[in-house]
Amino acid sequence: MAAEKYITGTCNISNKRVVQNGETLFTGDASAVDSFLLSAYQHFHYSYPKFHKMDNLCKLGWLAAEVLLQGFDKNYYHAEQLGTVLMNANSSLDMDLRYQASMAGVPSPSLFVYTLPNIVAGEICIRHHFKGENAFFVQPNFDAAFLVQQVGYLLDHNILQACICGWLDVLGAEYEAKLFLVEKVKKENAVAFSVENIK
Amino acid sequence: MIINNPGSIPDVFIVADNILSPIGSTTAENMEALARGESAVVKHQHLDINPESIYISLFDDLSFNIDKSYTGFESLLITSIADAIKNLKSGYLDEKTILIVSSTKGNISLLETQPHTGELNKRIALHTSAQLAADYFGFKNAPIVISNACISGVMAILAGMRLLQSGQYENAIVVGADVISKFVLSGFQSFQALSSTICKPFDKDRTGLNLGEGAATVILSIHQQNSDDVKVSSGAISNDANHISGPSRTGHELGFAIKKALLDAGITAHDVGYISTHGTATNYNDEMEANAIHYAGLQHVPVNSLKGYYGHTLGAAGLIESIIAAQAIKQGIIFPSLGYAENGVSQPINVATSIINTTVKRALKTASGFGGCNAAMILSK
Repeated sequence: MAAEKYITGTCNISNKRVVQNGETLFTGDASAVDSFLLSAYQHFHYSYPKFHKMDNLCKLGWLAAEVLLQGFDKNYYHAEQLGTVLMNANSSLDMDLRYQASMAGVPSPSLFVYTLPNIVAGEICIRHHFKGENAFFVQPNFDAAFLVQQVGYLLDHNILQACICGWLDVLGAEYEAKLFLVEKVKKENAVAFSVENIK
Repeated sequence: MIINNPGSIPDVFIVADNILSPIGSTTAENMEALARGESAVVKHQHLDINPESIYISLFDDLSFNIDKSYTGFESLLITSIADAIKNLKSGYLDEKTILIVSSTKGNISLLETQPHTGELNKRIALHTSAQLAADYFGFKNAPIVISNACISGVMAILAGMRLLQSGQYENAIVVGADVISKFVLSGFQSFQALSSTICKPFDKDRTGLNLGEGAATVILSIHQQNSDDVKVSSGAISNDANHISGPSRTGHELGFAIKKALLDAGITAHDVGYISTHGTATNYNDEMEANAIHYAGLQHVPVNSLKGYYGHTLGAAGLIESIIAAQAIKQGIIFPSLGYAENGVSQPINVATSIINTTVKRALKTASGFGGCNAAMILSK
């Protein structure tokens, strides 16, 4: 029943760097999260006006997914076969603190909606038309074994054929994106989707 | 498509449960309150969360006689789990047991009462509460936390079902809770989503939702404990990929999840005896859900929403409603959808207006939430 599963792409964003498949594509000089994410967005000449309305967690996830999916042709799949399994430690606390601070005035629905961690999955699904399973877990650390188990189940049972999975966390000045694209087809340079290969 | 394959994939049973709400501390007490038509949603004046009185479901006190080092949210988790465990015929709390916690905002109210420090960030984290609950009972494995908006509770049951089916664990304690704080209330107010009366899901006069506090636990096991234990047969999750705060206009994505759940359970629309909807009483949700029910060919099946009894209990909602759905199978009772009088959705569905005593062999539970997420799950005899 277990299907062969491959990592067909990776994207890491941390320490002012955007790395795709092990290759650094952009190094920023801004130390604030907002400014760094904006500079990366501008560097790649992306055009997605909604990006500017997002909180930092969504901006980070949106950017990481954009880089991750470069060259991915979703037309090989049904929208319902594409999904996300994401994880972090701080849920949406970065935005919760901002929303909390804003409550002294008139609370804004456009801020409140980002006080749910799974909204980043929603933004990625909207952008790339992923309509399959989406799950958001809050764990103290990146749990490679759990991620491999969860995504493995979805692909082995043909619930998904391709999945964006990994870690997306933002709190204050700290941020880290560590995303993997997992598919059943073996593409050039693809390695097996295993605990060892995502650690 | 992999269909349940007897012999290789174990059945997953709900072997014990608990609903902890302002109208009852056990599932039995909650069933009695529903049978009396009692609602936990009442007009409250609670200055800590709102300057004016509102219709909402709140506990009088969240401490439940547990050590004060636990927050109200954690007290809910622990009290609910403790009652569910008490109902187990034999204990299954060894290394084959996993704790799964579902919540949308957990301890967020600490932001309102404590100075913001790095320590507080850790104290607020959902995984901290989950670990505290796991340690309280001495569970051996690190807990899992699901925070997937308003589908969290249903998703947590499905995650438990899958972990048991994959053979990694034999038992899962699935608990969900949320506490209503000024933070949460103000957010829903900002969306102008709150009803000024007890909410009326699917009714033409509905004006929005009520919020509610609650907790619930189901204990899943591959070891049946009682002859009437209900099975978690299948489930599916989908995403609208449409809008982060507004549901799909067509309902096709929830409809897809329902169809997928039916297929995986090896049944058709004819086999479903009851649908427990999400039914928040907001126009967009109810309209989308009615469309999805039509899309899946289930428009004749008796449906209700329990939001008129409990309000929207967020991370607990999917669990509370799934337990009542399991009770519909066990006891053959479908409760009326409180607040419903006249059809208010463009594709009419069969909303229960009085208690229906009938045989329910299979029930469908649905849920939808911000971020465009949808869940559907089949419970069966």
